[in-house]
Amino acid sequence: MTVRVQSEDFDVSTEIAALRRGNPKIGAVASFIGVVRDVNEGDAVAEMTLEHYPGMTEKAIEEIIGQARGRWSLYEALVIHRVGKLRPTDQIVLVVVTSAHRGDAFAACEFIMDYLKTRAPFWKKERAGGGARWVEARETDDIAAERWRLKG
Amino acid sequence: MVTVLYFARLREVLGQGSEQVALPASVRDLEGLRAMLVARGGAWQQELAPTRPVRAAVNQAMAMGDVPISDGDEVAFFPPVTGG
Repeated sequence: MTVRVQSEDFDVSTEIAALRRGNPKIGAVASFIGVVRDVNEGDAVAEMTLEHYPGMTEKAIEEIIGQARGRWSLYEALVIHRVGKLRPTDQIVLVVVTSAHRGDAFAACEFIMDYLKTRAPFWKKERAGGGARWVEARETDDIAAERWRLKG
Repeated sequence: MVTVLYFARLREVLGQGSEQVALPASVRDLEGLRAMLVARGGAWQQELAPTRPVRAAVNQAMAMGDVPISDGDEVAFFPPVTGG
């Protein structure tokens, strides 16, 4: 399991190749990339700044990956989350999961992302229109995470 | 002493990212510390009031209510998270 919080961009192909290297048992690779949009709540977003809680953020993501490993049969999991200043079209987050079959890979990838949205300490501040504002947490993200609990 | 950290909007509104707080004998848990900070009044009262959606962590693990705290602990207060 690898967790990286960094300001630099990442290259998906490079990361997936590194994760797959030397394991011929892998039959499925699922990945998710989160990207900065140019609009939020109806306002044009020029730039955003991501803040995190060094130490706790990494631990929280490691714990989420640990939970995913407990629920599905996985080989490797990678999460990269960027912090600092980002602009529309920039990549923010990458989740990659490898497993023998696609069912486990798809489910674990979505689970990790849903839990990350509600449990990993990151905060976004947007510069939109005339001023800057902190992004409010969304109830739809809580519902997405809660879904996995109900699935048992 | 405990180290108290504030993040994001709370850090800005309270004007600091971290402080050392001496725990009186009467304060033994997270809820007690929060009440002590609220008693400072002003922005503290406004931002950390029980009705506000403030999240907390003790020693870098999410925590609520009566989680015990003691000298040397790291306690953090922050808004609901918005990463990803």
